[in-house]
Amino acid sequence: MKIKYGIVVFPGSNCDHDAYYVAKKIINEDSVFLWHKENDLQGSDVIILPGGFSYGDYLRTGAIAKFSPIMDSVIKFATNGGIVLGICNGFQILLETGLLPGVMLKNESLKFICKDVYLKVENKNTIFTNKISEDILKIPIAHGEGNYFADDKTLEELQENNQIVFQYSSPEGETTDKFNPNGSKLNIAGIVNKNGNVLGMMPHPERSSDSVLHKTDGIGIFRSITETIKSKLIEV
Amino acid sequence: MKEPEVTLELALEHGLTEEEFEEIKKRLGRIPNYTELGVYSVMWSEHCSYKNSIALLKTLPREGEKLLVGAGEENAGLIDIGDGLAIAFKIESHNHPSAVEPYQGAATGVGGILRDIFTMGARPIAALNSLRFGELDDPRTRFLFEGVVKGIADYGNCFGVPTVAGEVYFDNSYKGNPLINAMAVGIARTDRTASAVAKGENNPVMIVGSSTGRDGIHGATFASEEISEKSEAKRPSVQVGDPFTEKLLLEATLEIIKKDLIVGIQDMGAAGISCSTSEMSEKGNSGMIVDLDKVPLRESGMSAYEIMLSESQERMLVVGKKGKEEEIINVFEKWDLHCEIIGEVINDDRLRVSQAGEMKADLSAFDLVLGGGAPVYHRETKKPDYIDQVHKFDFSALPESENIEEVFEKIFSSPNVASKRWVYEQYDSMVRTNTIVGPGSDAAVVRIKENGKAIAMKTDCNGRYVYLNPRRGTEIAVAESARNVVCSGGLPLGVTNCLNFGNPYKPEVYWTFKEAIEGMGSACRVFETPVTGGNVSFYNESPDTSVFPTPVIGMVGLVEDLSHVTTANFKKEGDLIFLLGEDFEEMGGSEYLKVVHNLVSGDAPNIDLEKEKELQRLLLKAIRSGIIQSAHDISEGGILTAVAESCISDAENTIGAEINIPVKNREDYSFFSESQSRVIVSVSKENEEKLFNIFNGSPIKVEKLGITGGKTLKINDKFSFPLEKLLNLYFNTIPERMND
Repeated sequence: MKIKYGIVVFPGSNCDHDAYYVAKKIINEDSVFLWHKENDLQGSDVIILPGGFSYGDYLRTGAIAKFSPIMDSVIKFATNGGIVLGICNGFQILLETGLLPGVMLKNESLKFICKDVYLKVENKNTIFTNKISEDILKIPIAHGEGNYFADDKTLEELQENNQIVFQYSSPEGETTDKFNPNGSKLNIAGIVNKNGNVLGMMPHPERSSDSVLHKTDGIGIFRSITETIKSKLIEV
Repeated sequence: MKEPEVTLELALEHGLTEEEFEEIKKRLGRIPNYTELGVYSVMWSEHCSYKNSIALLKTLPREGEKLLVGAGEENAGLIDIGDGLAIAFKIESHNHPSAVEPYQGAATGVGGILRDIFTMGARPIAALNSLRFGELDDPRTRFLFEGVVKGIADYGNCFGVPTVAGEVYFDNSYKGNPLINAMAVGIARTDRTASAVAKGENNPVMIVGSSTGRDGIHGATFASEEISEKSEAKRPSVQVGDPFTEKLLLEATLEIIKKDLIVGIQDMGAAGISCSTSEMSEKGNSGMIVDLDKVPLRESGMSAYEIMLSESQERMLVVGKKGKEEEIINVFEKWDLHCEIIGEVINDDRLRVSQAGEMKADLSAFDLVLGGGAPVYHRETKKPDYIDQVHKFDFSALPESENIEEVFEKIFSSPNVASKRWVYEQYDSMVRTNTIVGPGSDAAVVRIKENGKAIAMKTDCNGRYVYLNPRRGTEIAVAESARNVVCSGGLPLGVTNCLNFGNPYKPEVYWTFKEAIEGMGSACRVFETPVTGGNVSFYNESPDTSVFPTPVIGMVGLVEDLSHVTTANFKKEGDLIFLLGEDFEEMGGSEYLKVVHNLVSGDAPNIDLEKEKELQRLLLKAIRSGIIQSAHDISEGGILTAVAESCISDAENTIGAEINIPVKNREDYSFFSESQSRVIVSVSKENEEKLFNIFNGSPIKVEKLGITGGKTLKINDKFSFPLEKLLNLYFNTIPERMND
């Protein structure tokens, strides 16, 4: 039995093929592209909002994408408990739609940053992380606006509800400023919504899921999602 | 609006010579009108016509069994890599625009070269760039450097192509006139490539992509003159890039090619509609009628002259198949792009352009273009006086450096040698998940998902060597780029080149150009790497300086098996370190001479091309046999720099070394000599004999230098450098200089 990954393609998405490749070729599940002008999710079990520069990100990252027809369906899907993973630009879009709280600011350095970073897995009890055995993951970031910001009250709530899933850290798991690449509050690299079915993360797990590239720490996220869905399908 | 009267003065203002203006009148049998003059002036500009270079370029080796299209025949070179696949690649300069407007100048340089790749039907898989600036203590240089890097980053990152390799050099000669060369590599199915041709009477001519504005008018002419105080006023000649639209254009273009809806397609770069219409027509022995009223415009009231000369970015000219118009338009509409039919192909060598029912230009396409009727000049050459002067430099007269540690630290932290991480971390080097080896090693290696192989690629040129000895310096540029590809596990396949020189009308400049071309030709023949195309950029001069002649070589190679992929850094403790090749204490043009004595003098290092080829052949054999743990070529900074880089280039997994560097005559010279055809490799102990066996009987010397391990680099039992210190020198120099 295969589950179906639906990968949304906005004009300007550029990590769509990468996510598709991981779903289809690395973990051998079904995978379809979902065109932004459509509103049919084609029976997808999980939706990925991929990285890139949707609509050029000329206004504000993710700000235009939220108005595309496909997003109406994605929001409904998420509201009904469907699993949604937003990576990089996808995370930014999730913030714009309000599916996740907070906003993105430009990186503190004001520069685009592409490099491998270490992530402390802060919460392993999510459907995105429950099959991850490591405490620290090495996964690349590639963004100009990944400086996560929210007011103190929101940050407190995120902490109280265990919504912070990944934090930038040292290889040993220290989550200090020194290991924060972009200035994000609480070193936040990824958060889930209260229900735990929507994850937004700035690092790119699809870029560290292929042994050919000598990086495989991201694959656990796809495995967790897949296993969770499969076990639910069996229960039903 | 009344058009200016066309006179000799006006022609001269357009950059044409008196002879050229006479020739135009003779060919037309009349005086050209204003629009026609504009079209001629851009098409016969150096930038479009290659009038002062094409005769020499034709002497380069441009054939090979794997070459699918020859140099200059299409938008980019195309090499067969087997399995029904081909790689398209090309390098191009955007020097002048970047000198006045670094961000947009560099960004549109990237945009232009990417379009050249995908108009071949190839999906871009990698971008590279080769950059030259003045010295970082100059604030304007820092402004240019910062802007150029950001321009390249923003365009490539948004477009979604990984920027994987390149080089950055700093030298005062580039101060007023930085060199910004962008290269792109793409992959195509051999049965699905496209051509830049217009043929078939009545086939529709379509303009697609962005609308046409007044930006970039006379960009090609601007690129064909020296930079001066007046250049600042040419800022409006710089185009503005829109990587988002380009990304859409990429997807739409590949879709119409895949669906077999078109006859031909060409990017609109320099000289915009003028160039694409005339070149495509000439190539198909056809002509075109074009109605400018159909061209989507950004602003009203644009004259025919302005529309024909606009260099607005992210546009393409498409010749569709008759009857497929609607399908083509549907594809572009899907991607929210303009697609307008603006004319049709005719069976007659005429470019007939009308606006508001009036004929604005009626010209022979053949007469306008390179390879057709554009002028071809053989310029005068004269060996510059400085060459003999610098060759006389007496190295034995220089005092021997006593404090080797201090000298090495200076060299290792010089911006030319130090890590360019500050630059490449701003580039998305990983998108498309094929980057096996990214920036910071010898050549980059990008996997081909379609066949499980990989492409190795690199640009190289040491401008100092070329300045001191144009012929040999260019041979070295070819040799080094090939060596880098081999060090990464690839077999060099072909070359693209970007020739950055001064004013070709100066005989001394032209002599260096001619020598460089001849050097490139001889080296490419030896390495069997045909020249698939490229770009010539003359007039790289500013009131202060004339750039070092800088013929940048972009080399691509094929990695047959991913297990062959090799990187520069040491892999484990206890491996043996070997030097392949031999030192001759050659200090001419070295980083040592520059950093320690502030001199660029002497002669470029010697290079024996046959010996170099043998080194590369045997090294590749050793890599393919699986015994090579790391391979790193020795270049700027010499052997000590190369070994130190192998210790720390993977900053998270540093491994020290204890080595003995043989000293010929002088310690300083032996440590910092830049003799060619040398590579540092490491192998595990049990493979020592295998390594010797592979090189046994060859003219390539193999010398054991020492062993890897620990957290220091120890040299000759005398000098010792903690890796922490080396890391700091190597990785923090440029960031520190940029935060000044």
